[in-house]
Amino acid sequence: MAHRLLPSAVNHGVMTSTDTTQPTTAPFLGLEAVRKTYPGVVALDRFSMEVRPGEVIGLVGENGAGKSTLMKILGGVTRPDSGTITVDGVAHDGLTVEQSIGSGVAFVHQELNLFENLDVAANIFFGREPLRAGPLKLVDRARLREMVAPLLKRVGANFSADAPVASLSLAQQQMVEIAKALSIKARLVILDEPTSSLPLAETEKLLDVIKGLKAQGISVIFISHRLHEIERVADRVVVLRDGTLAGTLAKDQINHDEMVRLMIGRMLKAREKAGEATRAPGSVALSADAIRTSTYPDRPVSLEVRRGEILGLAGLVGSGRTELARVLFGIDERLGGNVALDGKPLNVGSAADAVANGIFLVPEDRKLTGILLDLSIAQNISLPNLPAHARRSLVSTGAELATAEKQKKNLGIKAPSVLTRTGTLSGGNQQKVVLAKWLAMNPKVMILDEPTRGIDIGAKAEIYGLMRALADAGVAVLMISSDMEEVIGVSDRIAVMHEGQISGILDKDDFSQENVLLLAVGKKPKLLQAAGGVQ
Amino acid sequence: MNKKDLGLLILILVVGAVVAIINPRFLLPINLANTSNLIGLFGILSIGQAFVIITGGIELSVGSVVALLGTLFIDFIAVREVGWPLAFVLIIVLGAVIGFVHGWLITRLKLQPFVVTLCGLLIYRGVARFYTADGTAGFAFGQNFPTLEFLTAGRSYGVPNSFIALIVIAIVMWVVLHRSVFGRYLYAIGKNEEAAKYSGIRTGRIVIAAYVICGVLTALSAIYFAMYTRSISPASHGQFYELYAIAAAVLGGFSLRGGEGSLVGVILGTVLLQELQNLVNLLGIPSSLNFAVMGGVILIGVLVDQQWGVFRARRRMMEATRRNVAGAPAE
Repeated sequence: MAHRLLPSAVNHGVMTSTDTTQPTTAPFLGLEAVRKTYPGVVALDRFSMEVRPGEVIGLVGENGAGKSTLMKILGGVTRPDSGTITVDGVAHDGLTVEQSIGSGVAFVHQELNLFENLDVAANIFFGREPLRAGPLKLVDRARLREMVAPLLKRVGANFSADAPVASLSLAQQQMVEIAKALSIKARLVILDEPTSSLPLAETEKLLDVIKGLKAQGISVIFISHRLHEIERVADRVVVLRDGTLAGTLAKDQINHDEMVRLMIGRMLKAREKAGEATRAPGSVALSADAIRTSTYPDRPVSLEVRRGEILGLAGLVGSGRTELARVLFGIDERLGGNVALDGKPLNVGSAADAVANGIFLVPEDRKLTGILLDLSIAQNISLPNLPAHARRSLVSTGAELATAEKQKKNLGIKAPSVLTRTGTLSGGNQQKVVLAKWLAMNPKVMILDEPTRGIDIGAKAEIYGLMRALADAGVAVLMISSDMEEVIGVSDRIAVMHEGQISGILDKDDFSQENVLLLAVGKKPKLLQAAGGVQ
Repeated sequence: MNKKDLGLLILILVVGAVVAIINPRFLLPINLANTSNLIGLFGILSIGQAFVIITGGIELSVGSVVALLGTLFIDFIAVREVGWPLAFVLIIVLGAVIGFVHGWLITRLKLQPFVVTLCGLLIYRGVARFYTADGTAGFAFGQNFPTLEFLTAGRSYGVPNSFIALIVIAIVMWVVLHRSVFGRYLYAIGKNEEAAKYSGIRTGRIVIAAYVICGVLTALSAIYFAMYTRSISPASHGQFYELYAIAAAVLGGFSLRGGEGSLVGVILGTVLLQELQNLVNLLGIPSSLNFAVMGGVILIGVLVDQQWGVFRARRRMMEATRRNVAGAPAE
């Protein structure tokens, strides 16, 4: 509360440096009592904060807490209803996009804004390309490359300026975005969930980039659901809850539990764990024997998932985990190897075959492949099992709604009704709809690819609970995840992939961040006993 | 019937009223019968097109198929003296085969619908012209097929049987599109084919089925067109009919991106198009302006529809804001 009274954010046009805690650097950007309402909701209310040069601010809050609105206000996309935004001592009622850019505010969004068909250099200087003299105003490629090189170096890029963006990994694309932000001489870089899609090693790199920015005097607002990352880099944490400032934590107060307490207003037990398995794993449900995918055609993968267990599948992005899942689910062609379900060989030639046999996939990209945003909750849930909701191949709306209502209640999907378009739901609720459509069909094997990416903590805990409940009901659960906390907290066993192959399988006693990381980069883990699980 | 369809219906009635006031001959039974006959012929064609458009595809070969299958039909019954019921079945099967091949090329070999059906447009037209050696297919003097002629070009209680056929087909296809599992799959695929596939739908089969339905309905309308014109010169018969069908669907609220549109919409779209044709004739507008009038009306229709959507969204937002401000607790 105290910092709301700082004169720097209140006095119009007066440069002040009365901040007592950090006398050397005055805030260059301040928000004061900002309020923004949308039809039906108060998105942000009485919110104040300030940004000092070279400061890394962790911004946390559940989905819907007001983070996006805050970003839109800072980016000049939205004007607040009331309140002041002070930039370099000049007070504004609201910023325009031009003012925002002019003040040195740069965004790296969760969903990247890159032209996949252009190369790295063209993306970084899009619309600002150096031109050659002459009437044709051709792009000066040589000069462009010269300008891009130092930027790529600053973000520690391991790719060339000529690489087409489509050929880069998600992590690399993110670096391009950050380089783009640096290229406009940003003073404040706002990273919106940059690590949600990044694997471990790349996350480390990104955190280094953040530290690098800080050292160069650039401020960073780092939005993330991964609190341990915030713990590591933030100088200050701002917690939003229901559109208001729930609290600010100074560097020495930052810890996981405190952030969670402020975010949800109560303590979460057992660090959002799914809970322990209540029964010993049963027989092998799904076995993959020497599967070869088109990404790594020469690397056979073998894997067994037992009934009643959650097998975590960890590894770096690009290690072949998603590709394996897609082959098991019949989306991608299987180049070799055999799949067996409950000991019987199974030929999965299409997703329809997989679904018919009770093998379900919750895909990585929820909006593109998980659900149909334009359809209602009920229509999404019934879609894979429509014939069961039909009489003489005519859809029975009654049966459809009944199933949907039941799932909505069981999973606690928050929506006005089951007829609500799924596109209007929050990420967590959308993911619950994806789960609901499979839960309504008695799964035997459930494959979840990054099931909690971009989902707030409350919904995450619920999804972990659901996975555990599934396992306890005898379902074989295979969970692909790049979130270390999640992999270790939720899995009963962890298989780690490295460049298209399983580099090792860890039992519960050997779970540690270090071991998972070692296997992910292809090294030997430190095991308690010499187990046979590791080759 | 949704609001979009209702708007279209009102437009049809308003245009009709205006034309009737300017030229009362619009309402003469003979004019209404002729127009409804054309609505029947083009309507069957347009429903087929609609099934393809709903999947996000397009079928450009429709006009050429009408020419080819029409030519073959007349040749079968007039020259080769095949019994007309058998010829009828053969033509329908041919239509289904053409649709299947298109669907197969599109789903299995991953060719773009535009490309596949554009090639179809050229190929079928060429084959039709070659088949008759660029001559005209028609009936010899005195050749009569009373039952067939009654069913296709005849009238019941003054209503053209082609129009009745359209109504029957429309009802059946309405159930298929809006009530059946297959129809739901079509919409799902049109909205997001990937997500549909990830839900375990065999999207390839469904899309092929849509092209087969289009082929069958096109074949049926080819027979109706053949019996309506009674002689076919394959070089020009059915030209631009694919565009009539696409225009009817677009007017009826279909999105060419797929996943949107209703059966009532495409029928109303056909009605409006034929009404405009009729208007050009009755109001003494030079018939060379025919296409220009149609194009203009479609453009205005789509524009109004889109602007109306923007307006409504804005109004909804304003209302909600007002409600919110009024209901906000005092601080």
